[in-house]
Amino acid sequence: MPTPLSWYLALSAVLFGIGVLGVLVRRNVIIIFMAIELMLNAVNLAFVAIARSRASLDGQVIVFFVMTVAAAEAAVGLAIILAMFRNRETTNADELATLRW
Amino acid sequence: MTQAVFVVLALLTVLSALTVVVHRNPVHSACALVATLFLLAVLFAGLDAPLVAVLQIIVYAGAIVVLFLFVIMLLNLQSESRALASPVLVVAATGGGIALVALLVLVIGRATSSAAANLPAGFGETESVARVLFTTYLLPFELTSILLLVAIVGAVALARKG
Repeated sequence: MPTPLSWYLALSAVLFGIGVLGVLVRRNVIIIFMAIELMLNAVNLAFVAIARSRASLDGQVIVFFVMTVAAAEAAVGLAIILAMFRNRETTNADELATLRW
Repeated sequence: MTQAVFVVLALLTVLSALTVVVHRNPVHSACALVATLFLLAVLFAGLDAPLVAVLQIIVYAGAIVVLFLFVIMLLNLQSESRALASPVLVVAATGGGIALVALLVLVIGRATSSAAANLPAGFGETESVARVLFTTYLLPFELTSILLLVAIVGAVALARKG
């Protein structure tokens, strides 16, 4: 008995909600980044499931691009965190809230 | 993929995703993220997407999470004493997250059709995906190469000392 498409989309929605929860609730910016990656992966799951449902490969190619953009974003974001940590010695989002010291 | 296998995989994925978000130690969160990505790769493989599954392991679990771990080790992050924000914010965010998921699941239950019965031969294999990638999506492919170049230059410029 194959799993229906709605189950995959429901799992994708739950993972996305967990990612949103992580971004809102955690104070360490690196954990916030990991929660953003979780959200991106949830969307990847939705794309692949719908691609299979429609027998079209466009969804899988879009997942390819999402992975590339996520890698670029992770690299630049972590470089920003490194630069901020050198200046302020903290990774707490509450303390990194203002541009001035 | 049979329903029993999917339910087991889905439960494990949700558990490891919760571990990523909730755990105090950032290294443990990164390891839970690797577990989540591997489980998602298994789900992709069950959805007739073998190339995407292998790319997920190589790129996400093999490069991005390793980058996260490098930065965690560089910054020497310890376990946090106060990991979450104020309790009011936690309750509000949890309520909002549950409401979001409920809304999405309601919309999904109303709108979706059944899965495709028969797929063309070689669906999701490397050659089929590459054929689509290099013909229909050639322009975005070239643009992502420029994006990666910009990301490399930007990351090096931002992380340099002095």
